[in-house]
This record gives sequence, C-alpha cells and structure tokens, in this order.
Amino acid sequence: MFISLKRIIKTGWKGFRRNIGLSLATILIMVIVICLATLLFLLNPVSKILIADIKEKVDISVYFKEDISSEYILEVESEISKIPEVKDVEYISKDQALEKFIEKHQDDPVLMESLTELGFNPFLASLNIRAWDPSQYEQVVNLLETSSFRNLIDKVDYYERKPVIEKVFSMISGLNKIGIFFSIVFAAIAVLIAFNTIRIAIYNSGEEISIMRLVGASNWFIRGPFLIQGIVIGFIAVLITLLITFGLCYGFDARIKTIASDISIYSIFISNFFFLFLIQLATGIGLGMISSYIAVRKYLKI
Amino acid sequence: MLLIQNITKVYPSRTGNNPTIALDDVSFTIKGKEFVSIVGKSGAGKTTLLKLLLAEEKPSKGQILFDDLDIHKIKTSQLPKLRQRIGTVFQDYKLFPSKTTYENVAYIMEAMGASEDEIQRDVSQILDIVGLTDRADNFPDELSGGEKQRAAIARALIHRPDIILADEPFGNLDPYHTFDIIRLLVKIYKLDTTVILATHDKEVINSLGKRVITLDQGKVVRDEERGRFIL
Repeated sequence: MFISLKRIIKTGWKGFRRNIGLSLATILIMVIVICLATLLFLLNPVSKILIADIKEKVDISVYFKEDISSEYILEVESEISKIPEVKDVEYISKDQALEKFIEKHQDDPVLMESLTELGFNPFLASLNIRAWDPSQYEQVVNLLETSSFRNLIDKVDYYERKPVIEKVFSMISGLNKIGIFFSIVFAAIAVLIAFNTIRIAIYNSGEEISIMRLVGASNWFIRGPFLIQGIVIGFIAVLITLLITFGLCYGFDARIKTIASDISIYSIFISNFFFLFLIQLATGIGLGMISSYIAVRKYLKI
Repeated sequence: MLLIQNITKVYPSRTGNNPTIALDDVSFTIKGKEFVSIVGKSGAGKTTLLKLLLAEEKPSKGQILFDDLDIHKIKTSQLPKLRQRIGTVFQDYKLFPSKTTYENVAYIMEAMGASEDEIQRDVSQILDIVGLTDRADNFPDELSGGEKQRAAIARALIHRPDIILADEPFGNLDPYHTFDIIRLLVKIYKLDTTVILATHDKEVINSLGKRVITLDQGKVVRDEERGRFIL
C-alpha cells in the first residue's frame, strides 16, 4: 500500500516534469481561474463597504415647529431612538442648523447677504434619523405620524427624499443581483476552461492509460499519478496567484484609498489571508483533482 | 486451463451493411502448460482471438473459461487481477510512449507491488536477455522497430505470467533475433508457462514442432498436436 502510494507520487511528479510545457500551460490557465475566484472573493467585502457607505449617507430629518423648546425635542429624540428600526438620532438645534448653513455657504455672497438681510435665524430645530436600512424609512415615518408628538412636528423631509431613497434602495438590490449573476457566470466559465484544459492534457495520454489497463494495472494505480499531477499543478498555480494578488493588493492599495478612503484592499487581503488561501487551494487543487479524475475515467473502461 | 467455447465475434459495419465476421464458432481447449501456435492469413481472426483472451473485447457469442472463470463476466475492477496472469506482446507493441524502456518493463511489477530490489534485479536481467541493456534509458520513439519489439517482449515476460499471448512478435525482427526470441519463448514454456503465439511466419512454425491451430476466415480449419504451417 505504502510502496504503491510512493510510486504513484513519484510517477505523477515525473509526468509533471516530463510534460513541463503542457504542465506550464495548464498552470497558466489555472492561475487565471484562481485569480478570478480571488477577485470575486475580494470584491464581496469591497462592495459591502461601498453599499454600507451609500446607506450611511441616506437619512431623513424631522423639523419641529418654531416654538418647541429643546427639552421637548430631546424627549422626542429618546422616544424615537427606542424604535427598533432606527440606528441613531441626532439633535440639531436652530443655532447648529444656522452654523452648518453658514459653514457650507460662506463662499456664496448672495446667500450670505440675504441671510443678514433677513435679520433672524430662519432655521428650524430638527432630528436627523438614520435607519438600519433604507427600506425601513417608510415604517419610521409612519410611526412618527401616528405618534403622540406628531403635533410638534412641522414637517418630515422624507417625502422630498423618497424618490432618491427608493432609487438608492433599488440600485443596491439591483447591483447585488447583477453581482451574484456575474459571479456565477464567471465561476462557471472558469471551471469549464480549467476542466477542458486538463481534459485535453490527459487526452494525450489516453492510449497509454488504455495500455496500462491491458497489462493489468489497477484503476487507482493508473489514476493516481494523474491526480498527483493535478494537485501539483493546482498547488503551483495557487502559489503564483497568491503572489500576484499580494502584489496587486499592495500596489493598488494607496490608489484605491484616494477614491474610497475607507477601503483598504491590502488590509482586506491580510485579514482574510488564511481564508483566501483556503479558497484558492480548494479551487486549484479541487479543480485539478476532479478534472483529472473525470478525464481519466473515460479511458479506464477497457 | 483455457476453454474456448463456440466463440463468435461479429463487428458491425459502420455503414450498416455486411457486418464482418471475425471469428465463427471457434472452440478449442488448452490443457495445462502448452505451446500453441495460431496461424492463418491476415484477417483470419488471430488478433481478434487474442483480444478476446485478454478481455479487451467481448465475444458476440460463446464463452472463454480461464481456470473455470468466464473472463467476460469478470467485473471491470477485477480485470487487472486476471490480466496480471497474462503477459501480452501486442502486434503494434503498445509501449508507453512517455516511459523509458526500463520503466516500460518495470511498470507491471510496480503495479503488482514488487519491491524496488526485485524490480531492479529482474528488469536488468530481462533487458540483458533481450539485448536492450544500453537502451534502458531511451524512450520508445528513440528505439528501432526491432528494439521496440524486444522491449514489448521483455515487458510481457517480466512478471512471470501463467500465459504469454504473443501477436506477431517477430514482425520486425531479423532472423538472428527471431530465433533468439523463439528460444526464449520455448525456455519460458519449459518453465511451466503456456505460450500462445499468433504468427504467419512459416519457418518459425515448422521449426517448432508444437501444436498448431490454423484459422481461416474466422474458423478453425486444422488443430494438430505437432503441426506444420499449411494454408
């Protein structure tokens, strides 16, 4: 048993070395396939961060009537923060609203001038509400409008923002669907290409496999070396891919940060290193072995 | 030991008409250790018969019993055990193109789980006998026709099988090597191995003086204990 295993490994390695051209070509294809799997894996956290980022930017404001005191509003704030769909509530007083406006528009002389001409603070105190998910705003607004403090509210800007929120919401779910669709299509194409490459590589040995059967070698003794070759090819392809992904993540990290500051693909790469390595190994070695197994099977029927 | 009973083998034609009858109701028995030559013109059914004996193909009718075992009813996974008892010299050699001469000959011993020492000893010995010692590290495409044939013979003998099936093993040999190989086959037969030799080499058959089965158009037309080559 042990001697057979040793021979199978030795023969497999010899086969890999003697067909080095074909082996390298297969490795190259496998590298592309594993790169694709890695890319799909890395895109997932990146897209999650991006989507979370967009969701974070969506909020609604509840404006209170002119004469409502801040104590009342703070009471309402604590009331609202108890709603399970609400992630956080921020109180913005009349003065803060004015400050924010000035800060934002200080370079616009027309607006500044009209503000001075007005002579008083025209802004209303408000509560900025963020829900966990954009789809929950409708519910939150309904709750507000049926609440005991609805008389204190001047207006809720949800209705003005509704089209935008809904658009963002449908865009996110659309993007998710497209992402899943393309992931599946790419993965399927990649698997087929890898399988076909190995099948063609083994096609060359088809006659040899049949002769092995005819002289009395058992199926596992015949199949073994091809599986070993598949494993070796998969493993080398994984090492190459790992180097490539490391290089790309390291090299492009700074550039991607300038576009989206809270995304660091390098740290995603490092923190997921072992999981990523596992996925690559599973893709590389799994594909190599399974493809070899299926490709050899056809010639073992004699 | 070998019982061939009413074997018929029909190859359907690809165009759908006139199927080829390669063997037509062939029956004979090989008892114990024998040296049997099967002779006949090209297309008489010699190779088909050997293919059936190796369970490479299934008969259309009839059965072949090897030690009371119907070899065409053996499961695919059990076939290696049967084939390890048979050494075959194929008409077209069927050497492993990706293996050296040494590896070609050693392969079946490796598959059977022999130790490295045994393999080294036996392979060196048989390569010496067939005169291929200095070709041990060459690949088949670097060998001449005669060398390939001798490598194929070495591979068929190496694991001391119970039966040797040799299909035209002299096709590419010069007379000098032909008689070397014949002497080897006779020696193996005397060491208690059954040899089934398919050939159309008249001189070889006549010099052997052993049992000859003559096939013509798929039928056994003659089966003589000390036969000669008559067509």
